[in-house]
Amino acid sequence: MTSPIAWDGPEGKVLPVVTAPATVLSTVGDEVDPADPAIVQLAADLVATMRVSPGCVGLAAPQVGIGAQIFAVDVTGHPKAATTHGAFVLCNAKIIEASRWKAGREGCMSVPDLTGDVKRAGRIVVAATLPGRGEEVTITTDAFEARALQHEIDHCAGKLFLDRVAGAHAIYQRKVYL
Amino acid sequence: MHELAITVIGPDRTGIVADVAEALAGVGANLTDSTMTRLRGHFTMTLICNGPSLAEAEAALAPLADVVSEVRSVAPEADKKDSGDPYVVSVHGADRLGIVSAVTRVVAAGGGNITDLSTRLTGTLYVLIAEVDLPVGAADELAEQLAVAAAELGVEVTLRRAESEML
Repeated sequence: MTSPIAWDGPEGKVLPVVTAPATVLSTVGDEVDPADPAIVQLAADLVATMRVSPGCVGLAAPQVGIGAQIFAVDVTGHPKAATTHGAFVLCNAKIIEASRWKAGREGCMSVPDLTGDVKRAGRIVVAATLPGRGEEVTITTDAFEARALQHEIDHCAGKLFLDRVAGAHAIYQRKVYL
Repeated sequence: MHELAITVIGPDRTGIVADVAEALAGVGANLTDSTMTRLRGHFTMTLICNGPSLAEAEAALAPLADVVSEVRSVAPEADKKDSGDPYVVSVHGADRLGIVSAVTRVVAAGGGNITDLSTRLTGTLYVLIAEVDLPVGAADELAEQLAVAAAELGVEVTLRRAESEML
């Protein structure tokens, strides 16, 4: 069954991914107008770029050099996923409930050589707007999709996982290259 | 260009890192990778830096009276990209001679390359945590060998994969 929030917009183009220490990654993104055709195009480009990047389950606008509160996520088929909503794009997303906090080691395409231990909520409720139609949605999810959403919402707020690592000994040289 | 490998150890106090870093910055030393931690009340710093000559770095650290420091010139090494799978080894149990020696020998014999390791002795409890880069497929055999070693030492050992999720 197709998820009601699944992305069904136009084909996008693949954009280059920027890496830290790019300033845009540490800048709070602007709220976006979900009905703006440029934002719908950006949504499509984020999905396209996510799909061609090996192992990539989420991509936020700051990672393609645009300081805006919009991101794509798709954790379909990931072994750590429980609830999944397919591939979707959210604008101006906010976490309105978070619980079941759990530490896990995560990495980021924009910090390619490091991973870090970060505590994330295992269950969240997110309020956001879908690009294009402008429909307001409330998404309840858990496990890996919840972690991915928190990571991308952080990007939109100018935060990297490095801003949340558990301690001085909680960053690691990345060992596994996808 | 040469790199400098510097170790600084002194009784822990507020400002010890700031003093050492400021002294090194004063001679143009660019700190690259470092690890600094408190070990039984000794604050210890191991740093790789580049910029100054060995003599300049030594002279910069000399006025710091409450620390012992050592500066060595080393040939630059490229960061190795580990090719295996990342694992974490945890060991805990009653303190006794030879835990680190026995455990790390087993890891090495299994082809595991230790990339980070810490130990703590608290009361009679000894704890060792190591990050290990293991050859693909070597984990089950190593887990068995570690269990044998742990039984001989009378300690508990676990080997688990250090999974990281790319987001």
